[in-house]
Amino acid sequence: MTEFTPLASLLGGMMIGLSAVLLMLWEGRIAGISGIAGRLLPPWRDGAFLSRLGFVAGLAAAPFVVMAFTGQPVAQTVSGNVPLMLAAGLIVGFGSVWGNGCTSGHGVCGLARLSARSLVATLVFMGVAIATVFVTRHLIGA
Amino acid sequence: MSFLVNLAIGLLFGIGLIVSGMSDPAKVLNFLDLFGTWDPSLAFVMGGAVLVAFVGYRLVLSRDRPIVGSGFHLPTKRDINARVTVGPAIFGLGWGLSGFCPGPALTAIGLATPGALAFVPAMFAGMWLARLMAEGRPKAARA
Repeated sequence: MTEFTPLASLLGGMMIGLSAVLLMLWEGRIAGISGIAGRLLPPWRDGAFLSRLGFVAGLAAAPFVVMAFTGQPVAQTVSGNVPLMLAAGLIVGFGSVWGNGCTSGHGVCGLARLSARSLVATLVFMGVAIATVFVTRHLIGA
Repeated sequence: MSFLVNLAIGLLFGIGLIVSGMSDPAKVLNFLDLFGTWDPSLAFVMGGAVLVAFVGYRLVLSRDRPIVGSGFHLPTKRDINARVTVGPAIFGLGWGLSGFCPGPALTAIGLATPGALAFVPAMFAGMWLARLMAEGRPKAARA
């Protein structure tokens, strides 16, 4: 069980939305994490490498800033099954770039732009993820 | 300069992921577990983010150009093809197995849990493979 946190989740979601708006205002780009992270690797086709590096560094620094402000550890319950996490990482990376977006690029920025393509992508990844959890938790039994 | 501005914007995104609970795979997996220990919190994350971005994009895109750069880089593809369904299906499988999508995984790397240390390099490898496969194809072959 995890606690239902509608207010914190709404507030955090609004911060994510504001971040996406600021990135569009600053340099006119979509805040899609798979697009930003995937283009950190070569070949580099445009001059935005340092921008992307900065964005990813900001993500990586976030838990330390939160811990400094709150004095509390950041709760992350991550599976310790290393082979499973290696496989999951590989397919998350491949699928998100192959599909031109992940939860942020399609699920937030795309839906906010009323993109039909992003709506289809979001429904597919949500549906498959729900089905995957159903199979691993209720059919195979964890 | 752009590095520092992006650092601040990425930091805001990451803090949003943490405040919302989206950075915790346990919470994500419970959100996806409709038929078990369902935690609907993350619907509020997406709702809040889309609402702010919907309004904010309208204000920003009414400008002629962003603060730096000559114009807005908006996705131009509109066709619903195999790539925009197969890619998200593969992504959804990995998201459901791990509870990590790319943003939360990147907030997790510094906390250095064994799962995150395995996931993030593998994710970069997968991203690179997809880019090489996609960008290596001649344009005419794209649907």
